[in-house]
Amino acid sequence: MPLMYFAAILVFTLVAFWLGRSRAYGLADPQGRLSHLHSLPGYHGAYVALCMLLPALAVFCAWMYAAPMVIERQVIANAGAAFTKLTEIERVGFMRDINALAFGGIVGSGSADKTKAAADLAQFTRYGDWGLGGVLAIVALVGLAVGLARISPKFRARNAVEWVIVALLLICSVIAVLTTVGIVLSVLFETLSFFTRYPAQDFFLGTKWNPDGSVESFGLIPLLVGTCLIMVVAMCVAGPIGLMAAIYMSEYASPRFRATAKPVLEILAGVPTVVFGFFAALTVAPFIRDAGQAVGLTVAAESALAAGLVMGIMIIPFISSLADDVINAVPQALRDGSYGLGATKSETIKRVVLPAALPGIVSAFMLAISRAVGETMIVVMAAGLAANLTVNPLEAVTTITVQIKNLLVGDQEFDSAKTLSAFALGFVLFVFTLILNIIALRIVKRYREAY
Amino acid sequence: MSDIVSNPTASQSVTRPAAMADARLRGRYAAERRFQAYGLSAILFAAAFVVMLFGSILMKGLPAFFENHAVLNVALDPEVLDVGSARDKDKLAGADYQAVVNKTLRGMFPEVTDRAQRSALSKLLSSGAADDLRARVLANPASVGTTVRVSLPMSDLTDLYFKGAFGRAGGRPGAVIATPSATTGEVVINVEGNEFRDELTAIKKTLSLRAVELRKVADIAALNITSQAADIRASEATLSTVTATNDAGKLARLQTEIARQKVRVVEYERQKTAALEEAASLQKRIDATGSTEVLDANVPSFLVAINDGLVKIRELSAQRLVGDALLPLSSDKSVAAGAWQVVTYPMPEAKRGLTDQQIAWVDRLKSQGAVESTLNTRFFTAGASREPERAGILAALLGTLMTIGVTLALCLPTGVAAAIYLEKFAPKNVFTEFIEVNINNLAAVPSIVFGLLGLAMFIQLFGMPRSSALVGGLVLALLVLPTIIIASRAALSAVPHAITEGALGVGASKLQAIFHHVLPLAMPGIMTGTIIGMAHALGETAPLLLIGMVAFIVDLPDGVTSAATVLPVQIFQWAGLPEAGFQSRTAGGIIVLLTVLILMNGAAILLRKKFERRW
Repeated sequence: MPLMYFAAILVFTLVAFWLGRSRAYGLADPQGRLSHLHSLPGYHGAYVALCMLLPALAVFCAWMYAAPMVIERQVIANAGAAFTKLTEIERVGFMRDINALAFGGIVGSGSADKTKAAADLAQFTRYGDWGLGGVLAIVALVGLAVGLARISPKFRARNAVEWVIVALLLICSVIAVLTTVGIVLSVLFETLSFFTRYPAQDFFLGTKWNPDGSVESFGLIPLLVGTCLIMVVAMCVAGPIGLMAAIYMSEYASPRFRATAKPVLEILAGVPTVVFGFFAALTVAPFIRDAGQAVGLTVAAESALAAGLVMGIMIIPFISSLADDVINAVPQALRDGSYGLGATKSETIKRVVLPAALPGIVSAFMLAISRAVGETMIVVMAAGLAANLTVNPLEAVTTITVQIKNLLVGDQEFDSAKTLSAFALGFVLFVFTLILNIIALRIVKRYREAY
Repeated sequence: MSDIVSNPTASQSVTRPAAMADARLRGRYAAERRFQAYGLSAILFAAAFVVMLFGSILMKGLPAFFENHAVLNVALDPEVLDVGSARDKDKLAGADYQAVVNKTLRGMFPEVTDRAQRSALSKLLSSGAADDLRARVLANPASVGTTVRVSLPMSDLTDLYFKGAFGRAGGRPGAVIATPSATTGEVVINVEGNEFRDELTAIKKTLSLRAVELRKVADIAALNITSQAADIRASEATLSTVTATNDAGKLARLQTEIARQKVRVVEYERQKTAALEEAASLQKRIDATGSTEVLDANVPSFLVAINDGLVKIRELSAQRLVGDALLPLSSDKSVAAGAWQVVTYPMPEAKRGLTDQQIAWVDRLKSQGAVESTLNTRFFTAGASREPERAGILAALLGTLMTIGVTLALCLPTGVAAAIYLEKFAPKNVFTEFIEVNINNLAAVPSIVFGLLGLAMFIQLFGMPRSSALVGGLVLALLVLPTIIIASRAALSAVPHAITEGALGVGASKLQAIFHHVLPLAMPGIMTGTIIGMAHALGETAPLLLIGMVAFIVDLPDGVTSAATVLPVQIFQWAGLPEAGFQSRTAGGIIVLLTVLILMNGAAILLRKKFERRW
């Protein structure tokens, strides 16, 4: 029923638009000209439509939010002792059952009380729907009347409509802020609730991570070390390769070489991480294990090396494109000055261009680190679950993201320490990457202003 | 300065001789070349990796697009189908098609009577073969009672065998006369000379490799024992401190922990002894000469193809072998040199899941021309399945389509609107800067954190349906929103100011100028950014895992609120399954995903090339 109301509101909005517009056309002078109108008829139509739509929508939303609560309270009040004598869990079951009885569904167990309450619920809901329809009709008609009444040649309908549109644009741009707030709130609350069950200092300083044991222990240190280990391996691959690729692209490569090499790097950037994960787990990890065995090293099947290596390759294009930008931003005059002193190209790059671009390169590396730390699928597929506290890249380690995924996939009750610990991990991850990003973005901004 | 100009050579020759300067210059040029080579090799490394990645995935994935069928003459006997004379749909739909399929197979290998063997025989075909046959009969009920030639899917293991996953069979012709003792059951074959010398060497080689591996297992167990012992010592040390504090709960926990560690030590000890004992017995077999080798499932299989039959070797000595006839021999006559063959399956039977007997059967089917390789259409038309040969990606593709549809519908209007506001209306103040910093930071938040947001906000707080395309699309929309805003802003700011001013000059309002003139000109750039953002969303896996889009969808999802899965998640799920057949499905799924992504990115590039204007 509410859905039909919603559809009706939309349909009547169109009608209102048409009414307003034709009324504005009616204001035309005897020659049929509209030039004495401040706004085009379309704007008058839109104004009338908004006059009707906005209040009606507000009423609709408020009603949809409030009505179920009011109805529920009334049903419970009517049920009286039949409800109050129940335990907390039974009450939930009671509500579920009467909902099923009233609107169809699977009924757990029926009883006379429930049937009566269900009849109440159905009746109140029906009344609520009628009430909503009536209120909506009144609000819409008043809005329509007000809108139509205001149409006159002097009326600045366009300004009003545009004001609403700009407000809409503003709301859209605030969504990004709301997302951040949502992330912070949702992660923060669960984290705090986790710390009421598990002491915060044990979480941050504990050296044992074992959420499945009979004695649950949530020590962050092994995960942090594992994350950093894989990140270091990745940066050892991506740092030099990405940077050298960027230098070659921007300083040496001919336009034709650049035109072919750049898309190749971009392909790497566009490959989904799950594909890298598959490749790491099925091709790279066995290869490294066999190679290690050939030289007499024991390499774990899910070594940090394999995951780090593939992750490094994943972030090569990331570093190379960012570094490419900052190297290109170094003014040509600096290079020319160096050439003028007789320096070769590589000397110019090493002693002039790179130092000048250093802040930008550092921030590129920091953004790459934050990406490596937050990357999930490669480590989920190629690194292990065992929380070993080690810095040996040939052993299996686990990371923060792997554990988040591991703790949250599958059906779990939402208020166990195990589930909540995933949010605490997410909080650590969010804060860590946020700090890196903020610093990096600051550097980039300051640097960009310097030239 | 003037000195240098007037007499440059003199001043140089004082400090450094010309030869030294030359050497230095050469060194500098060499350094230049080296530096350039590093740069080039970095790019070549990345390119080589791209080639390797795509090559390995194509190699693994292309077989998934083909499948092997058995083409059999199936007698649709009403008695076996258990339908009597009835021909109505219900009766036919409920008939026992598996029995018909089994009977057909047994008809081709009449010597199989053993119950276990018969079950092994019926496992050559997919369990879906009966379903296919049912569909065929239901489409043409008149065919009951006749014999039809149908193409039925093989099981995943059989399929993998034909695709070469278990290695290719090797073989060599026998060099001497061989005499079998019987045609079925246990067969003893006598040969002259040291005929099986090479095979015996090969067997001993695998045995010694296994012995090495077992010793390594023992070593690892020994290492584990030492580390566990250290753990126990550490726990016991804490135990003594905890005893002093009288914390009963902690004490009990520690004691169970220590008990568990001790059990582990015992288990490691057992592993170590078992491994060492087996290694010793293997060593004895390796060292013995001229003895009879007993072949088990852990060494490569050796068989003898003789008199149209196939004998699997059980015991082998230089001149004599004892084996079982997998396929009956036509006679027990002596066979001349070169007219019989020794066949080798390099992968040990225990590792492949398909027995020598089953390989013998399917090879016989193949030699009779009853096996054909066809395009695997089921891969594109089926949903999830526990059996690799019946699993397809259609459900995941539809799920992806719905999720991306929700994402696009939400984030394109919002993103463009936000970009217009920030680029054209926002006053330069702290609040605007806060929004901008926010958007930039949001673009770099790890995707898994968005999954946490979806889980806590949309599912837990708002009670939206778990696993649904709606929640998935919402999360992805928030994820790619910054990308779209940034791209749209760039596209909007690239439109020259003159356009806006021209529109304002002829009396348009600011909004009219933007919506009627600037936005259409910025549209190609916005679309390019949107396509790239959508491609990003399409490959995203982690946040969708968290909101539970891991559903096992056999049928197709029927709406944005019902449980669904998406292609990358499906790929992830398949990659984690133990059946070998799923590995090629995974790679096949990846090929499809990458194809879609390449098409999308190609469209973006085309759009950019075709419509982008440089002002």
